[in-house]
Amino acid sequence: MEATTIAPHSEAHTGAPRILDREPLVLNNRSYSWITNRICGIVENKQPLLWWVLMVPSVILTGIMVFCFAYLISTGVGVWGQKQPVAWAWDITNFVFWIGIGHAGTLISAILFLTRQKWRTSVNRAAEAMTIFAVMCAGLFPAFHVGRVWMVWFLAPIPNANAIWQNFKSPLLWDVFAVSTYFSVSAVFWFLGLVPDLATLRDRCKPGLRKTLYGIFSLGWRGSNRHWSHYETAYMLLAALSTPLVLSVHSVVSFDFATSIVPGWHTTIFPPYFVAGAIFGGFAMVLTLMIPVSKIYGLSDLITPKHIDNMAKIILLTGTIVGYAYCMEFFMAYYSANKFEFQTFQLRSLYGASTWAYYFMFGFNVFAPQFFWFRWCRHNVWVVLAVCMCVNMGMWFERYVIIATTLERLLIPGSWRAYEATWVDKVTFLGTFGFFMMLFLLFLRFLPVIAIGEVKGVLPQSNPHHDDHGKDGIQEEDLMDYSDRHVPKALA
Amino acid sequence: MSTTLKRVHGFLAEFDSVADLYHAAEHVRDAGYQRWDVHSPFAIHGMDHAMGVKRSKLPYLVFCGGITGTSIAFTLQTLTQTNFWSSIGLGFLQTLAETYPTVVQAKPTDIWTLPAFFPVMFELTILFSAFTTLFGLLALMGLPRLNHPLFASKQFPKFSDDGFFVVIEARDPKFSQEGTKSFLEKIGGKNVELVEDDI
Repeated sequence: MEATTIAPHSEAHTGAPRILDREPLVLNNRSYSWITNRICGIVENKQPLLWWVLMVPSVILTGIMVFCFAYLISTGVGVWGQKQPVAWAWDITNFVFWIGIGHAGTLISAILFLTRQKWRTSVNRAAEAMTIFAVMCAGLFPAFHVGRVWMVWFLAPIPNANAIWQNFKSPLLWDVFAVSTYFSVSAVFWFLGLVPDLATLRDRCKPGLRKTLYGIFSLGWRGSNRHWSHYETAYMLLAALSTPLVLSVHSVVSFDFATSIVPGWHTTIFPPYFVAGAIFGGFAMVLTLMIPVSKIYGLSDLITPKHIDNMAKIILLTGTIVGYAYCMEFFMAYYSANKFEFQTFQLRSLYGASTWAYYFMFGFNVFAPQFFWFRWCRHNVWVVLAVCMCVNMGMWFERYVIIATTLERLLIPGSWRAYEATWVDKVTFLGTFGFFMMLFLLFLRFLPVIAIGEVKGVLPQSNPHHDDHGKDGIQEEDLMDYSDRHVPKALA
Repeated sequence: MSTTLKRVHGFLAEFDSVADLYHAAEHVRDAGYQRWDVHSPFAIHGMDHAMGVKRSKLPYLVFCGGITGTSIAFTLQTLTQTNFWSSIGLGFLQTLAETYPTVVQAKPTDIWTLPAFFPVMFELTILFSAFTTLFGLLALMGLPRLNHPLFASKQFPKFSDDGFFVVIEARDPKFSQEGTKSFLEKIGGKNVELVEDDI
C-alpha cells in the first residue's frame, strides 16, 4: 500500500538542531502488512532449532518440578529445609521472587498506557504473558507451603462444615485475595488485548482446527469502529483498575512481613520498597526474555534500541530506589535506637552467618544497574543482558536476605540456627524456571508475541491527520512558535 | 444449510489509508446514514467523532460492578468477623448465615476493626470491576459471535491486516441499491461490493 511508506524524518530538517525530535517507534518505515507478516510468521512458520533446544530441557525441568511436588506430598513438608525458627525460607523467597517478576508486565500494560508511553506497544504483550506465567509459578509455593496442599481450599471463603471462617484481619489472607485478583485481572487484560490479534491470525489461517480455535477465541472480532469505541474504553478502564492493583499486590506481599513484629521486617518502608523492587526485577526479566526473542525472530525494527534504552532507564531508576531503601532501612535501624533492630542489620550485613547473601544483593541490585547511566551501556545488548542477569539474581537474594537470614537470627540467641536448603528446595525452584520457560515458549509458538494492532496504531500514518501537515504529520513546530528554532520544511 | 436465497447485508467499500477512511466516515455521517460502520485493523484516534459515535456507557456498568464488589467484601468480612450486623438490629443475618464473630489478634469485634478489612474490600472491588469490564464489553459489542455476513466477503479479511473498510447496511432507512453504491464510489471507496447473507 503506497500510503504506508513515508520519507524519513530527518531529511526535512537540516541546519538548527531539533531538540524535540522523537525517535520513531518502528524503524525502517515498515508497512502495516510487513508488521502483520513478521509477527504472524513467528506463529505460522516452523520454529527455529533454538526453540526446540530450549523447549526440551524446559519440559524436562517441568517434569522434575512435578516430581518434587509429588515427593513433597507423599513424604511431608519436612523435605524442605525449614526448621524452627526458619519457618519461611526458599519457598516464600521464591514466591515473592516470582510475584515480583510479574509486576513489570502490568506496569507496562497499565501504568505506561495511562501515561501515554507509546513505546509500550512493542513489549506489552510478552510482558503481560510473562506476568501471568510468573504468577502461576509464584502461586505454587504458598499452596504447597501450607503443608497439606489438599486442604488449600480452606484459603477460599467458602462455607464449610466446621463453620470456621478465614481470619480476614490477617495479611496472609489479604495476600490470597491480592494474588488471586492479580492473576485474574492480568489474565482478563491479556486476553482482551489478544482478541484483535487472534482475529488477524484467524483471517490468515487455512480452514481447519487452527482456524476454528483462533476463531472461537477471537470472539468473531471484525474490527468494527463501534466495537473499537467500547474496546478502547474497556482497555482504559482495565488499565486504570490494574494500576492501583499492581501497587497493592506487592504492598500486600510486604505486609506479610511488615505487620509482624520481627526485627528487620517491622518497617514502614516495606510497601514502596517492595513495589520498586518488583518493578525493577520484572523489567530485568522482560529484557532478559525480549532481547533474545527480538534477535531470534528478527523483530529488531519493532523492539528498537529505544525500547531497550527506556527499559534500562526504568531499571536504573527503580534500582536506585531499591538502593535508597537498603540504606534507609539500615539508617532507621541505627536511628531508632532499637537494639534488636540494629543487631538484625549488623548480623545481616556485617558479621552474621549469611552476609555473603547481603553483598550479592547489594552488588547486583544497586551497583550493577549504575552502568545504565552511560548511553553506550544502554545501547549494548550484551551489557544490558549482563546487568539484567545480575538483577535477576540480585532480586532473589534480596528476598532470601529479608526472609531467611532474618529468621536465622531471631530474638533469642538460644534458638539461632543456620538455615540450609535441601536438594528438594533447590530442584523445585529450578523446576519452576523450566515451567516458566515452557509456558513462555508455548506462548511464542501459538500467540502473537507483539500486539500487532497496537503497534500499527502508533505508526505515523495511523494518525488520520497525518497528511494535513505535510509529510511528517503534526510536528512540534506546528504547535509551538519558537522563532529562533523554526526550520522551514522542505517541499516534498 | 445453504439455499439459493440471499439477503442483502449491505455495501462494503475499501479505502486506501487511515486519512481517507476518516474523511469517508465524515461524509457518511453527514449524509445521514444510521446503520453503518467502519472496519480497521486498529483503533483510529478521533474516528468516534468522525462517525458521530457517542461515548461508551461501559464506565457506568463498571462502577456498579465495583460497588458490588466493595459491598460483597464488606458484608462477607463483617458478617464472619464482627458483631456489626447485630449492632444495627440485623442480627438475624448472622443467625441465617450461621456465623459468629472471630476473636483473634485482640482486635475488636465491632465496626472499628474495619481498617483491617480494607485490603480485601479493595481487591474485590478491582476483581468485580474487571470482570464487569470484560462481560459488559462483550454485551455492548454483541460478541462473541461466530459468524457474520461480512465474513462471506473475499476482501473483508484484509481488515485485520491493512484494509480499511466502510460498510453501509441494507437495514439503514437511506439505503438504496444504486444510490448507496454510487455514494460510496463518490467519496473515494474502492472495490465496492454488495455483501449478501444466506438465509
